[in-house]
Amino acid sequence: MDIALSPVRSARRVAPALAVILIILTLVVAWELIKLMFNLDKRTLPHLWEIAEAFGQPSRRNGPPLISVLIEAALYTLRGALLGFFIGAALGFVLGTLFAHLPLLERSLVPYVVASQTVPILAIAPMVVIWLRGSWWSVPVIAAYLTFFPVTINTLRGMRSPDPRAVELMGSYAASTWQTLWKLRFPSALPAIFTALKIAATASVVGAIIAELPSGVQQGLGGAILNFNQYYITGPERLWAAIFMAALVGILLFVAVSAIERIVLRNIVRGA
Amino acid sequence: MQSVVLLKNVNKSFGSAGRPTTVALKDINLEIGPREFISLIGPSGCGKSTLLRTIGDLIEVTSGELLVNGKPARQARINREYGMVFQAPVLFEWRTVLKNVELPLEIMGVPKTERTQRARAMLKLVELQNFERHYPWQLSGGMQQRVAIARALAFRPELLLMDEPFGALDEITRERMNAELLRIWQETQTTVVFVTHSIPEAVFLSTRVVVMSARPGRISDIIPIDLPYPRNVETREHPHFFELVTTVREALRKGEEMRET
Repeated sequence: MDIALSPVRSARRVAPALAVILIILTLVVAWELIKLMFNLDKRTLPHLWEIAEAFGQPSRRNGPPLISVLIEAALYTLRGALLGFFIGAALGFVLGTLFAHLPLLERSLVPYVVASQTVPILAIAPMVVIWLRGSWWSVPVIAAYLTFFPVTINTLRGMRSPDPRAVELMGSYAASTWQTLWKLRFPSALPAIFTALKIAATASVVGAIIAELPSGVQQGLGGAILNFNQYYITGPERLWAAIFMAALVGILLFVAVSAIERIVLRNIVRGA
Repeated sequence: MQSVVLLKNVNKSFGSAGRPTTVALKDINLEIGPREFISLIGPSGCGKSTLLRTIGDLIEVTSGELLVNGKPARQARINREYGMVFQAPVLFEWRTVLKNVELPLEIMGVPKTERTQRARAMLKLVELQNFERHYPWQLSGGMQQRVAIARALAFRPELLLMDEPFGALDEITRERMNAELLRIWQETQTTVVFVTHSIPEAVFLSTRVVVMSARPGRISDIIPIDLPYPRNVETREHPHFFELVTTVREALRKGEEMRET
């Protein structure tokens, strides 16, 4: 039995990894093909191996290699992004829960919540920096500003998602609003909340990087991007390297949230 | 003896400002005694589910008097004097079978060990004691509905309200569940109000069948069912069973004709 099954089992485990490798290979080939076809110079699009090489070389004369500079910057940015993520997620959860229970509040406040997201973050960020007198706190605040929106909307939707009969059932037990919230609405809302948290995870990294620019924070990825932007003509691959590092931070946060989601929702099999 | 449910001239109409109101229930008078098994039967839109929900205080009556165990329906709901079973099992998919049955006890603040004990006893009553660690999606439709019944009985209510609980099940499962419900009813000494579309189901289960007709929803007939106990597979083949089925069917037709004239 085991002998017959094992090739299938191992194939199932290898297949996703193989798919990832194939996609990466395709992207690499596409990158280099585009560069070749349109005859793009190094400034428009450097070779991937040039970017890879840049990671190993010092970014300043006699300085440490670029990769250690970027990792340090990434960790610094991650701190602001994570704090912003938690503040935004908490704020979004509280707002979404309040809106789900108080339709009047929902109708009067949701338009402003939506409006807050149509204002370009680039316009808001310098103001926040001024309001917070240029302190580091403007980074998590701006990250939270991008994070709270999807969490608010999805919490609201998730809290309203239970079967009306389940709500009636809780009513038949004379359950309090608080009991209905924790025993029915919150567990029902978890899948929607996790979807929002995954969006928020990547948004918080973008928010933190954007916030670092006007804050004059030098130690993060925002500072690195700004710095390498200025020397783009002489070393474009360094900016590209910083961009790859920023993407990596976002992906890591996303994967972390997904892993927690899988643990929390492991007992819920939908459509089974 | 005090009645479990007492309805006097109960009316219910739905509607909001600027819209014509629909009369869902008109002049409902019904008294249900302890240990009775009452079926509400009638065409769609006759208000049988509405009537059940007013008894459970999930819908407010527009006028008339409605007492459950001698108290206003709201007080009975707050005292948790009835259990409710819907057409769908409405189990919480993130809870195990045992935890689903414990839910009402949790809300009432029953201590953990007693909660588990009582939930286990209820699962034994519906013969699902070997499934307490399963999740709802791992059970068949009939088993899920049995969990819902165990949950409704977990806090030993004196009154069980059932809204077409077996409506989504196939005929064979349904007949088995009917027999099982009768056994549970006899073991637990509860009063049952049962909404159904099925005439044989109503006759098989009930002590009295309440026939309703639509637009406006009202009671057109009440038929006592004098089939002897225990009722089993043979009961369904008894000539008197067929006589009673015919009586209910004719009462339903008469109710329809009354509306047309």
